[in-house]
Amino acid sequence: MSLIATLARLEAVATGRAQPTATVRHRRLSQRPLVFVPLTTAGEAGAPLGALVGTDRDAPRLLVVPQPRDRDLRFAFLAELADVVLPYIDSYADAVEAAERNETDPETGKRVKVEVELCADAPQLIVPSRAGVDYVRLLGRSMRFRRTAEQDPQTPYPAPPRVPLLGRWLTHFGERSRVPGSALLQAVTELLGRHWATGQSSLEDQHLGALLAWIDPPAGETGAQAALRAELARDADGQLLCPPAGPATDPAFDNKLLAPAIERYDRARTALAAAQDGLQADDLLGALTAAEGEIRALVSSRMLPTWDAVWRGLDLLRSLPEGAHVEERWTRDRWSFTGHRDRVVAGEPPQPRRDDAVTAANKLATREREQARLEAQEALDDPLVMAARRLAGEAFAGEVVDVVMAYGEGKRPSPRPLVTVRTEDLPHLAERAKVYRSLGGKPQAAEFVRWAAEGDAGRADGGHGAGGAGLLVLRIVDKMGRGKEPEAGSVPEKGDRLCFTLFEHEQRGGAKLPDPEETPWTHGGPPGEQTPEAPDSVTQEDLL
Amino acid sequence: MSTEAAFDPGTAATRATDAILRDTLHGTARGVVVDSPPGAGKSTLVVRAALELADAGRSLMVVAQTNAQVDDLVERLARKNPELPVGRLHSSDADPYDKALDRLANVRKSAKAAELAGLPVVISTAAKWAHVKVDEPWRHAIVDEAYQMRSDGLLAVAGLFERALFVGDPGQLDPFSIVGGEQWAGLSYDPSASAVSTLLAHNPQLPQHRLPVSWRLPASAAPLVSDAFYPYTPFRSGTDHGDRLLSFAVPSDGSGVDRVIDEAAESGWGLLELPARHTPRTDPEAVRAVATVVRRLLDRGGAALADGSPDPTPLTAGRVAVGTAHRDQAAAVRAALTELGVADVTVDTANRLQGMEFDVTVILHPLSGRPDATAFHLETGRLCVLASRHRHACVVVCRAGVGDLLDEYPSTEPVQLGTLVKFPDGWEANHAVLAHLAEHRVPWRP
Amino acid sequence: MRGTALRQRLAELRGPDVPAKALDARALAALAANPGCKRRAILDGAGVDKAALAGALGSPSAFGQSQFALTRGNAFEAKVKADGGAELLRLVHERLDPAARPPVDAAVPELSAIGPEGRTARTALALREATAAAGGWTLLDHPMLALDVAGSAAFLEPDAVVVHPDGSWTVVEIKSFPMLDGSADPAKVGAAARQAAVYVLALEEVAARLDPAPRVRHRVLLVCPKDFSNLPTASAVDVRKQRAVTSRQLARLTRIQDIADALPEGACFSPELPAEQLTAAVESVAASYAPECLAACELAFHCRDRSRAAGAVTSLGRSVRAELGALTTVEDVLAAARGETGDPRDPAVAALRRAAGLRAEALEAAAGAEPPAGLWSVPTPAAGAVPACR
Repeated sequence: MSLIATLARLEAVATGRAQPTATVRHRRLSQRPLVFVPLTTAGEAGAPLGALVGTDRDAPRLLVVPQPRDRDLRFAFLAELADVVLPYIDSYADAVEAAERNETDPETGKRVKVEVELCADAPQLIVPSRAGVDYVRLLGRSMRFRRTAEQDPQTPYPAPPRVPLLGRWLTHFGERSRVPGSALLQAVTELLGRHWATGQSSLEDQHLGALLAWIDPPAGETGAQAALRAELARDADGQLLCPPAGPATDPAFDNKLLAPAIERYDRARTALAAAQDGLQADDLLGALTAAEGEIRALVSSRMLPTWDAVWRGLDLLRSLPEGAHVEERWTRDRWSFTGHRDRVVAGEPPQPRRDDAVTAANKLATREREQARLEAQEALDDPLVMAARRLAGEAFAGEVVDVVMAYGEGKRPSPRPLVTVRTEDLPHLAERAKVYRSLGGKPQAAEFVRWAAEGDAGRADGGHGAGGAGLLVLRIVDKMGRGKEPEAGSVPEKGDRLCFTLFEHEQRGGAKLPDPEETPWTHGGPPGEQTPEAPDSVTQEDLL
Repeated sequence: MSTEAAFDPGTAATRATDAILRDTLHGTARGVVVDSPPGAGKSTLVVRAALELADAGRSLMVVAQTNAQVDDLVERLARKNPELPVGRLHSSDADPYDKALDRLANVRKSAKAAELAGLPVVISTAAKWAHVKVDEPWRHAIVDEAYQMRSDGLLAVAGLFERALFVGDPGQLDPFSIVGGEQWAGLSYDPSASAVSTLLAHNPQLPQHRLPVSWRLPASAAPLVSDAFYPYTPFRSGTDHGDRLLSFAVPSDGSGVDRVIDEAAESGWGLLELPARHTPRTDPEAVRAVATVVRRLLDRGGAALADGSPDPTPLTAGRVAVGTAHRDQAAAVRAALTELGVADVTVDTANRLQGMEFDVTVILHPLSGRPDATAFHLETGRLCVLASRHRHACVVVCRAGVGDLLDEYPSTEPVQLGTLVKFPDGWEANHAVLAHLAEHRVPWRP
Repeated sequence: MRGTALRQRLAELRGPDVPAKALDARALAALAANPGCKRRAILDGAGVDKAALAGALGSPSAFGQSQFALTRGNAFEAKVKADGGAELLRLVHERLDPAARPPVDAAVPELSAIGPEGRTARTALALREATAAAGGWTLLDHPMLALDVAGSAAFLEPDAVVVHPDGSWTVVEIKSFPMLDGSADPAKVGAAARQAAVYVLALEEVAARLDPAPRVRHRVLLVCPKDFSNLPTASAVDVRKQRAVTSRQLARLTRIQDIADALPEGACFSPELPAEQLTAAVESVAASYAPECLAACELAFHCRDRSRAAGAVTSLGRSVRAELGALTTVEDVLAAARGETGDPRDPAVAALRRAAGLRAEALEAAAGAEPPAGLWSVPTPAAGAVPACR
């Protein structure tokens, strides 16, 4: 944690309110996000208990599995979920704009521009917490290899139509969310934690209720008091006043309320199955419906506070203006969405269980590049982020106190003006280090020449006494046009206040890796003929 | 015991090198892996293998990890065989290679691999090689510092060669990634793992060799470094106690600094222990202590006598280095040295000191003054690099209390299924080094 | 002698007639979570029921287990061990010892006996017999092992121990979290490995009493449900590191003598005592609270309250202290940052002041550049519109 972020946390402790760690919003928030609040069953992998889902904060769709160990009921839940999520995704798939993409021409091997479709906007999934993101991934994994009766009439437990498709989409969202700066799937706790520092640890910030309590405490209460209540306060029945944001439930809820309700439901179901005649069945069906209604009410009561908290978190985030580079990163998300749309349309198989060597390396390279891009862009968009980079010696701001025109050596002398900057920052500048400033949204590079002597106190190394200012000389090396004289406005002028970074503003593309079928011997050789992934083996019992 | 007495480092090293060259030149395996502990003659081996492969008429590409390593290799090759045409493939950035290469007549430099085609040896960094495309692969490659290369880096270049010799030091710092790669943990080709672990996971039958003798580390240091950092692959010092002598013309003034210098000159190790205190990374007292030790090392007219040479070498600034864990510590030490009027002493972090050697090193202990230990500070590679750069002596500057800090370190690391457990453990290695240093402790209150 | 005196002293600390809470493998493994905490060391060493103590202090712990998870765990373990452990032994053979002969007709000795001491003796006997009759496979279902913890025996019950045909022993740990495509939650695997390491240590004590001492394997078998099914799958886990850590922590538990000696006369942690007295007793031994404690110690909420009340910066996370040097409280740090206290030549103080200056400058710049945006202009969602939880 940067010392600036540490200070913000300490100030939050002292003031009783969260403090900003960003002055702009660094992630895209869709106009119409799909909020998804899932709950899961303790001890079972991928056995959902219920969910609230929807784009309208006042009308969430409630999905509940009254007996989570029942395969059919679970399938029904997933089918219903697909009915909500897939139309939402589809609504973004058809609105497209024309775009260009660089591709390698298979005939000539040359890079050519190809006209392609790019979805004009993309869907956005919002979950309460990081655990919610993991759960999206888990659901995706549990669904994408399932076979429908249509695909495979022999399959023992056919999945309802569209369930495997939802699995593929959730997998894509889950995988995309690992890319730094991406916004297709986001957790509200992470979003809030990126923009505010609370007076508690980042571990405790995982609790959505406590986090919101610090950022926006109720009148008359400090963040600390409100957070403590959100975290621990229980009613007379021993139930948490603020249920956890899931997907895990509170054990006290499971043991005291949910388990007895499920037991009643099971009994009602058994009784109904054993009904002797129609009249009795009617009564028993009524009892079963009542038992199911009770579970729905219980589960919904644990999710509604989280649902509201998610929207409240989004309100808080919307109050921040969007950072300048957020749009650019969102465009990458749109490419990602469009790409997966195309793969689905092309009838490609679901994402494999494990990446092959080349795919894994490509993904890692993308994420590293996006991480570097994100760090640079956040700093350029936000003085508070840049402040941390300046403190770390990775950037410096100051005033231009002198500009001397100079020219490079070579046949055609090009302008290489020397600019003296006075700064109080302490950048870690090595000999001839490159530095960059933003000039009309593009990086202009300069070369560090030397620390200049002010008076006659020369300095051997990149540091000046605390509190004092240093003078450093830079040589501007590009973005001044092709002529002998630099273009107007391309050279800093005396009195300008500038900020230079030691890190690059834009990221270069990495090396091209071999195609998977050309995986070298060091990495196991080509993977060979791709066999379609088999569905998961299933539990024999009807109940897990 | 008789084998102990008969252990001749020169013979052992020659035997190992011969076996490596035999497998490389005449073996049938596509790869040969060589583990080289600090100062065991890795560069010498690489140069010799390169010359012999070139002699045998095998087109050879050499992959190193940094430009400095590449330039160093080019120079060594040219020195050993000035007639051999060598290609230095470089990036298209400004100052892509050391200007010293311009003086070497048979070294051709280019940013385009095609312009170097046909040369017996072409050398570049892994990053640059990754952009090269060839129709016909090189018959042989040498991959240097292969343990510091990431698996995805090897993936990008492995299509360029038919066979390769992989050389590196498994005890130094592991490669890392700035983003999490947990989802691939346990896969044989985990892209953020080291190139060697992927190579061996897929080709377990490849011949693996080990250079058994450190020519750099003195007899006082090799056992400690070997035990603490290479518990399953021990090595020996090439020299014996008394083969190397460090002496000073100016006698000790009795200060803690001079006493720790004498202790290190005498025993190979010295611990200058400052009073326990929690400090920020750039602990001014510790930084000043490091700088003062360096100043006194130079002022006292040090002379190093080594390896049978009758004439001592004066201990000049170029033969001394300071190692730290963090860049800001290095910057603070440089500033302090400048204040004391010392120039030309190498001051850098463990990452940048990898592969370098000096007569005397002065180390700011990674855990000195810290309120907490972290995985970064406990990483064995970091301490291993710092503790294995010297030919004569190493002075460690540290605040008291590191033992307690280690004891209080919470050990609740997550475990990924399928990953190989890396040994030694940072905690154990740190304790081993600390216990050894305690025998050479000079307490000092600045 | 010293041991008896210590036991006596620890019994006094628990309170009259309060039985010692037996340490299980999970508790022993948790010792490594915060080895610097003297409070935890003495409470665990004395066998104090920390959950009861936390309740009596007014900061009850929040650990609990859902009965769904419990049921599922038990059902899975039963499935794994069905048919004389055939599936379990098959997994041990396949993952750890494929060269050995296949495990058919494995022996499953009866281990029941009276009391933990009796069961421990019965287990030791079964292990000896199984090892002597080498050549076949033996499955010990819920054996009982004893481990010396600060002078008293802790009784441990691994899920299973397998004796291989070559006479070596393997610890088997059965967990109900899934192995999904061959990988599992690393935090949970880590916890399982630490727990298994405790069993390995205890088994090594049994082995050391045999001649020749059989080998206790340092690769344990972790059995979990495969993907989304209840079918067992398994993975070998190397626990050498965890074993070393735990054995170190156990050795260090002897320190509790020194901690006990430093306690005031008459200090007692009995949950029967009034909260005020208990608080004083607990306060008399230093804790080293960090947020990680919340997941590992029943007393964490109490310690967190005290740590926050004292303004300790570590209550915000261990890493927060890294750049603060000798400053340890919120007030000291903020005062230094504001320039009210502290020596500007201290790099921690200098860095804080620079950080505070840069932060203020950036916030000002943002406030000037934009229409006042940010926290303080946030339209608070209409009060009452959102029930701030129930």
